Amino acid sequence: MNIQPILEVEDFSKTFILHEQGKSLPSSQSVFLKAFPGRLTALIGPTGAGKSTVLKGIYRTYLPTSGRIMFTTGQGQILDLALADEHKILELRQEEIGFVTQFLHTLPRQSTEDVVAMPLIKEGVPHDIALEKARDILGKLNLPERLWAVSPATFSGGEKQRVNLARGLLAQPRLLLLDEPTASLDAKTTDRVIELIQNLKETGTAMIAIFHDMDLVKKLADDVVKLEPPVGTEHFFNSNTNEVA
Amino acid sequence: MTNDKVLQVRNLSKVYGKGCSKCFELTGPEHNTNICPHCGSVVAAHDISFDLYKGEILGIMGESGSGKSTAVKNLFFDEIPSSGQAIFFDEGKQYDLFNLNAQQKRHLRNHRFGMVYQNPHLGLNFNVSAGGNIAERLLMSQLSNYQEIRERAIELLHRTEVLTERMDEMPKNFSGGMQQRVQIAKALATNPTLLFLDEVTTGLDLSVQAAILDLIMEIQRESETAMIAVTHDLGVIRLLAGRTIVMKYGRIIESGLTDQILEDPQDAYTQRLVASAL
Ligand SMILES: Nc1ncnc2c1ncn2[C@@H]1O[C@H](COP(=O)(O)OP(=O)(O)OP(=O)(O)O)[C@@H](O)[C@H]1O
Ligand SMILES: Nc1ncnc2c1ncn2[C@@H]1O[C@H](COP(=O)(O)OP(=O)(O)O)[C@@H](O)[C@H]1O
Ligand SMILES: [Mg+2]
Ligand SMILES: [Mg+2]
Ligand SMILES: [Zn+2]
Repeated sequence: MNIQPILEVEDFSKTFILHEQGKSLPSSQSVFLKAFPGRLTALIGPTGAGKSTVLKGIYRTYLPTSGRIMFTTGQGQILDLALADEHKILELRQEEIGFVTQFLHTLPRQSTEDVVAMPLIKEGVPHDIALEKARDILGKLNLPERLWAVSPATFSGGEKQRVNLARGLLAQPRLLLLDEPTASLDAKTTDRVIELIQNLKETGTAMIAIFHDMDLVKKLADDVVKLEPPVGTEHFFNSNTNEVA
Repeated sequence: MTNDKVLQVRNLSKVYGKGCSKCFELTGPEHNTNICPHCGSVVAAHDISFDLYKGEILGIMGESGSGKSTAVKNLFFDEIPSSGQAIFFDEGKQYDLFNLNAQQKRHLRNHRFGMVYQNPHLGLNFNVSAGGNIAERLLMSQLSNYQEIRERAIELLHRTEVLTERMDEMPKNFSGGMQQRVQIAKALATNPTLLFLDEVTTGLDLSVQAAILDLIMEIQRESETAMIAVTHDLGVIRLLAGRTIVMKYGRIIESGLTDQILEDPQDAYTQRLVASAL
């Protein structure tokens, strides 16, 4: 295999310093992984292994404690996402890096179809075409049509997950991060997601996905990275001096 | 990207009172006060630095008295800073904000900046109608023809969802949410490059808050206006701001991408603030 990775995570670690509790909490330790165009890297491991932490570290929702996160942009520029300028990160999130999580923060008056179409509209796709594509993918993900024009603010967990997936997949980013994308979906919808992820791979998107279902790993993963919970889990320190006790 | 910078603020300070050589040393988060114990001056803001880009919304959060409004008021020329520098980039020109003459300041305030105050009495003239408030601002710009001004005012009120039938009514007849909309319409009248929003949704009903936030997001999408949004409401910060600054006792104690500030706050104070909002 001779394709170049678009993302290389090298020795990533994250330790949370919780001042109020006087605690430092290692959450991910020495993680190495790569993502390749048109391939899916699965992140597996027990609860608390730090899987979500790694994805949030790549997206810079969490500030890595150490390690390098080397990303090759569409322009061929190589940069360390751990250190990149905040404006650069915002630009990459808009144009190149997507994240499908279980959480959805939207404005109350925005309809579901608009939420899903938004990344396309921001890219300059005409509104009606973007909406048509949004409806198409919402249909594929079995979100009832009566919900399309409604705000997702009050949706159930599974419905929100469908909206997040629809938006994340439709945007066709160069790198897509997926945190348990099928966790609250029924079997039929899960099959559709598998199909959509396979299609997206064919377009060249690189993916890193957390799955807890080994069946999904078998069906979708090209590479598998297993994480273990960090050793020596909690350290207490005197919160006044910040020194390790 | 650097071509898209709208505002560059460096080491902005504002001290109320005569000040002394110890003011900065003896105030700030580590001293738990913004009042100089030596001379009694209030260090309302100190060493504030940040950049703002086109189309970006920057959030400023922090508890009451932390200096959020002070920072914004100094940039809008409502106050005169004690020290620091602010460069405003607009249409290929550069303005050294704290070294402009009165006429240049007036020009920027009336044409290139917009301000929405928490208190509508500061942003609106309560002696003239809603439409009149917008007309006042338009009169200071190029528009001078009565019909043109009225049409633009109607368009703006329509845009901000104020019933245009009510444009000839006085602001005091309006609800708080409606007054904020008129303020926003007025601020937008000249298509400003930079918009300051000081607690725009504070004190309004939840549904009215939501509608105002939607409106602000729409404006951002359509116009690429850069905004600074001051609020102590973390929900507002999460929805509006891409990046956020956290202030305490006049200082910036932390800044970063908004989701990072809310999910992985580094400073003990921010951690407490975020935890208490959950
Ligand atoms: N004109 C003034 N004279 C003296 N002190 C002032 C003046 N204006 C503000 N201050 C003081 O400066 C500090 C910062 O005030 P500021 O209005 O910027 O706070 P804020 O962060 O906007 O608070 P809030 O969330 O309550 O609006 C406060 O201690 C305030 O009392
Ligand atoms: N924002 C946070 N603040 C403090 N601790 C966190 C935070 N996010 C995750 N953790 C902790 O880090 C560890 C790893 O969490 P996570 O990455 O969610 O694991 P996984 O996804 O593998 O189940 C857990 O102990 C979790 O409680
Ligand atoms: Mg997880
Ligand atoms: Mg204030
Ligand atoms: Zn002093």
